[in-house]
Amino acid sequence: MNARIEELKEKARRLRIDIVRTLHRSKSGHTGGSLSVIDILAVLYYYKMSHNPKDPKWAGRDRLVLSKGHAAPAQYVALADCGYFPKEDLKMLRQLGGHLQGHPDSKGTPGIEVCTGSLGQGLSMAVGMALALRLDNSSSRVYAVLGDGELQEGQVWEAAMASSHYRLDNLCIIIDANGLQIDGEVAKVMGVEPIAGKFGSFGCHVIEIDGHDIGAIVKALDDAEGIKGKPVAIVARTVKGKGVSFFENKASYHGVTPSDEELPKALECLGESCDGGEK
Amino acid sequence: MSGIATRDAYGEILAELGAENENIVVLDADLSGSTKTSGFAKKFPERFFNMGIAEANMIGTAAGLAAAGKIPFASTFAIFAVGRAWEQVRQSVAYPKANVKIVATHSGVTVGEDGGSHQSVEDIAIMRAVPNMTVIVPADGPETKLAIRAAAAYNGPVYVRLGRNKVPTIFDDSYRFSIGKGVQLRAGSDLTFIGTGLMTAQALSAAEKLSEAGISARVIHMPTIKPIDEEIIIAAARETGAIVTAEEHSVIGGLGGAVSEVLCDRFPAPVKKVGLNDRFGLSGKSDELLKYFGLMPEDLVAAAKEVLQRK
Repeated sequence: MNARIEELKEKARRLRIDIVRTLHRSKSGHTGGSLSVIDILAVLYYYKMSHNPKDPKWAGRDRLVLSKGHAAPAQYVALADCGYFPKEDLKMLRQLGGHLQGHPDSKGTPGIEVCTGSLGQGLSMAVGMALALRLDNSSSRVYAVLGDGELQEGQVWEAAMASSHYRLDNLCIIIDANGLQIDGEVAKVMGVEPIAGKFGSFGCHVIEIDGHDIGAIVKALDDAEGIKGKPVAIVARTVKGKGVSFFENKASYHGVTPSDEELPKALECLGESCDGGEK
Repeated sequence: MSGIATRDAYGEILAELGAENENIVVLDADLSGSTKTSGFAKKFPERFFNMGIAEANMIGTAAGLAAAGKIPFASTFAIFAVGRAWEQVRQSVAYPKANVKIVATHSGVTVGEDGGSHQSVEDIAIMRAVPNMTVIVPADGPETKLAIRAAAAYNGPVYVRLGRNKVPTIFDDSYRFSIGKGVQLRAGSDLTFIGTGLMTAQALSAAEKLSEAGISARVIHMPTIKPIDEEIIIAAARETGAIVTAEEHSVIGGLGGAVSEVLCDRFPAPVKKVGLNDRFGLSGKSDELLKYFGLMPEDLVAAAKEVLQRK
């Protein structure tokens, strides 16, 4: 298992490099939230979820809904790396003529299940998927990844209520709690704590972890599968901009991409030299 | 001309369709007794989801069910389905072109006593403006059943607007409904009434009154507001030279707006729009409200005489 965790750590590091390079190239997109969520996505795509990049609509697949859709670059680099579409497509992120829209769009991008990015809506769609899978006696699971700022949307709590009312133990909610949103600290803009207490009182089994501890993410997702009769909410404490020291914990890097000057420094932070070779 | 409420017809056909297709699932927001989804709920409890008084989540959940291969029908009152949950309808349903059917009851002023807060008079305009959305407003019970069946067979988002009260039956067993097609109910050469929902029956009465005065009015029923049947509108304008639209909805952006857009683009002709004149509804008995807001056959007769002056 330790070797597996080391592999996942390395995978997450490579994906961070892809995020930084992709966003530097596109000059538009959300850097901070992509870097905070990527360890979670790495564990989902490379460890936890059953999925088939050769057959994105395979009926037996687990589903991922990235409700915090502004972190689309994180999902796109993972999907490309898994082989859902050529890595070349990343160059067309947010460009007219490319399929990688600013926020995930199921119409054009293989591996994207629904359209997300208007915050607060993804968990409802995940609830619908979980209900449908249960009707079909499917053993597939649904993972919904939300931001902590997103928890300010009332619809999230409508959906949380429904998820426990319908006892959706095939649903795992993951909150990428990086503590920042566009206007600043979540706690100052509109406090959402105690997140764990809220999901607990809404009827979820709650697990709280360090969202950058790959081993802890693996364990939480494994443990979640054993919980019966209620959904699981994993509150993952993360750092916005994680991995690039000068992006970390800065709300100002919410929707800002690495500049030409910042790129080499960012890659250096990630153990990569600017020409693409290992340092 | 007696008949049933379109919501009752919905309840009946939904239960039938549930038996025919096990992918059909139904969601409601604590109004299943009023929207008539309760019949389906009783027959197929495992495929019925009461989402409580939480319309935004109901629409999003319906989108998720559709993404996993189900054919969800989500119902509540029109004001909540379209008003409260508009952005969920746009982002979670229309934008991904999800196979969700939003069937809203209690539209228009004939909601009656509940008053203006509960009378949706702008839902056609709002739904019509959303890309990928099909908008259907049936006139009576039989047409509602055919429209719901067609909506279930169509792959994509559909909004169906139904009413609370009994409405006259216009269509018999020979009627063939298809999405996007208007239907001529009465021949006429001096002007054309184009109606939708319960206003089509009012237009038929108005045409009868006009014939007594020697005016020959064509009557077209327009069950699909989007995509609208452009050809039947243009033929009517070409052949009769004047149009009166009739809807239990604001004159802004609904049937009258859609017809005017077609004619402006392709065959300019005088149009008089009958509907609510940019105002909210009120509490009252539904027949009193139809009179108060000028939605009676005599109002359509007056509109016809006015538009004839502009030919």
